[in-house]
Amino acid sequence: MISRKVVLHFPRKLVEQPIVFKLVKDYELNFNILKAYVTPDEEGLMVLELSGEEPAFEKGLHYLKSCGVKIQPLSQDVVRNEKKCTDCGVCVPLCPAGALLPDKESREIVFSEDKCIACGVCVRICPFKAMEVRF
Amino acid sequence: MKTIKEINAKIGRGDAVVVTAEEIIDLVAKKGVRKVAREVDVVTTATFGPMCSSGVYFNIGHSKPRIKLGGGSCTVNDVPVYAAFGAVDVFLGATAVPDDDPRNKIFPGEFKYGGGHVIQELAAGKDVRLECSAYGTDCYPRRKLETLLNIRDLNEAVLFNMRNCYQNYNVAVNLSGKTVFTYMGMLKPRLGNANYSSAGQLSPLLKDPYYRTIGIGTRIFLGGGIGYIAWHGTQHNPCVERGRNGIPLGGAGTLAVIGDLKQMSPEWLVGTSMAGYGVTLSIGIGVPIPVFDEEVVRRAAVTDAEIYAPVVDYGRDYPQRSSRIIAEVSYAELRSGNIKLRGKTVPTGSLSSYARARKIAVLLKTRIEEGEFFLTEPSAALPGAESGYKVKPLNERLYKKE
Repeated sequence: MISRKVVLHFPRKLVEQPIVFKLVKDYELNFNILKAYVTPDEEGLMVLELSGEEPAFEKGLHYLKSCGVKIQPLSQDVVRNEKKCTDCGVCVPLCPAGALLPDKESREIVFSEDKCIACGVCVRICPFKAMEVRF
Repeated sequence: MKTIKEINAKIGRGDAVVVTAEEIIDLVAKKGVRKVAREVDVVTTATFGPMCSSGVYFNIGHSKPRIKLGGGSCTVNDVPVYAAFGAVDVFLGATAVPDDDPRNKIFPGEFKYGGGHVIQELAAGKDVRLECSAYGTDCYPRRKLETLLNIRDLNEAVLFNMRNCYQNYNVAVNLSGKTVFTYMGMLKPRLGNANYSSAGQLSPLLKDPYYRTIGIGTRIFLGGGIGYIAWHGTQHNPCVERGRNGIPLGGAGTLAVIGDLKQMSPEWLVGTSMAGYGVTLSIGIGVPIPVFDEEVVRRAAVTDAEIYAPVVDYGRDYPQRSSRIIAEVSYAELRSGNIKLRGKTVPTGSLSSYARARKIAVLLKTRIEEGEFFLTEPSAALPGAESGYKVKPLNERLYKKE
C-alpha cells in the first residue's frame, strides 16, 4: 500500500469526463478529495490523497498522464517565503492540516510541507504575504 | 542600589552584565532575587508586532522653483500622505491605502499595499515615487511635482508612533455564527480560534508594570536603530485593575516613540496586510530596564504563567464597545497551542512574533555588552497607576445643522 497527496491539473477538455471514477474502478485506488475546483475558462484543479497497491498506483498515475492530466506532488503547491515570514503564528490555528506549528524551543513557526493540503487559507490571511501558491 | 550613571560606566568599560527578560526568569529561579539584583545591571525586553498608530514624517527638500505642498495633495507610491505643514514636510501614516485600492468592496479585502509597506521600502533604501499638486503662491509658484525620492536624500526621515508597546492586550475570539476579519486576524465562528498579541514575559511594560524605570526620554531599540520614548502613548490607561503581582489584567499603559528612520532596517519595520481590515506596520522595539534594586528584578522575572489577558468577543461585543470579558487566560496557556473556553478546546494564534521579540532582546543585549548602547535617565515619568489618568470613550453629542 502506498499513499500520496497529488495535485491534478485537468485541461479544459477533460473537465467533464469521469476520470477519478476510472481510478477507483479500474485501478482499485482509494481517494480522498482534499480540494477541488473548476473555473469555466481555465483548467480544473483537484488535490487528492491517493492510495492503493504499488503496481496499480503507478498504473493509475500513468492512466491520468495518458489522458492529459498534469500531476504534481502536493508539497510544491504552497511554499513559504522564508524572507517574508516573521514567525508570528497567526496562521497556526487556521491551518486545518496542522502543517504550521510553533517550535517549542525556538518559537519559530515550522512549515511541514508533507502535511500541507494546499487549502490556501494561510495564503489568504498571512499578514506578510509569506505563503505563496505555486502551480 | 545602582544608578544609571554607574551602569553606564560599566557599559563603557565593557563589563556590564546584561540578560534578556527571558534569561532573568531562570537566573532568579536559580540564584534568587537578591543575588541577581547584585550581579545583573540591565534586563532587555522586546516586542515585535503590528502597531497601527505609526507613521513617518520627512522633509523632501525644496524644489526649484519652489512648491508648497500644504493645502494641496500628495502621494508616495500612490499612497496618500498628509502635507498640511510647512512647504515640504509630509507625514505618511502606516494605515493609508492608495485611493484606487478596492478596500473591502470585495470582502474580505486583501490590502496588499499601503503606508506600512512604503515605510518598509523607505527603510530598505528603495526609491519611491512622489506626486504632488499644489495651488501655487507668489513665494511658492510651482503647482505640480513628480519625482523619485530616496531616504538618503531626505533632510529628515523620522519614525513617530503615537501608540506602541501596549501593556497587555485582548485575546480575540468570535462567538458569532460567521467568520470575521479583524485587526486581530481572521476569527472563525463559534470559538474557532483565539488570537493574542503580546510578547508576554518579554514585553517591555509587562516587565516594568509601574513604569519605575521606563519614562519619557528612555533610549530604546526602535526598528533596528536608536529611538526614544517621546511621551505616554495615546489611550494610555495606567489605572486599570491589576493582579496581585501588579500586572494589569488588560490593555493598560502605552508608549509614544520616536527615532531616526535612516538608521532603521526593513527587517524590523515590516509592511503588514490584515485581510478584511487594512494595512499596518509591524515594528520591533526593545527597551532596556536598568536594575536599580531587588524590586526591579522581582518585577522583571515574572513569567508567562503569571501574566493574564482578557478574552473578548470580536464577533459582536468589541464592535459594539461592550466591555464584557469572557475569560482570563495566562500567556503560558496561550502559548501551549490551545485554551479551554466554555468547555471547548480553542486553538490559539499570535499576531506578535515571540521569535522576533527574542531576537531583538538578544540584539539589544549584545549592543549594550559591546558598549554601543548606553542607558538614559528618563526626564519625566509616565502617568502612573496612582495618577488617575484614564482613557475615555467618545461621548457623541449632536449639533444643529444650519
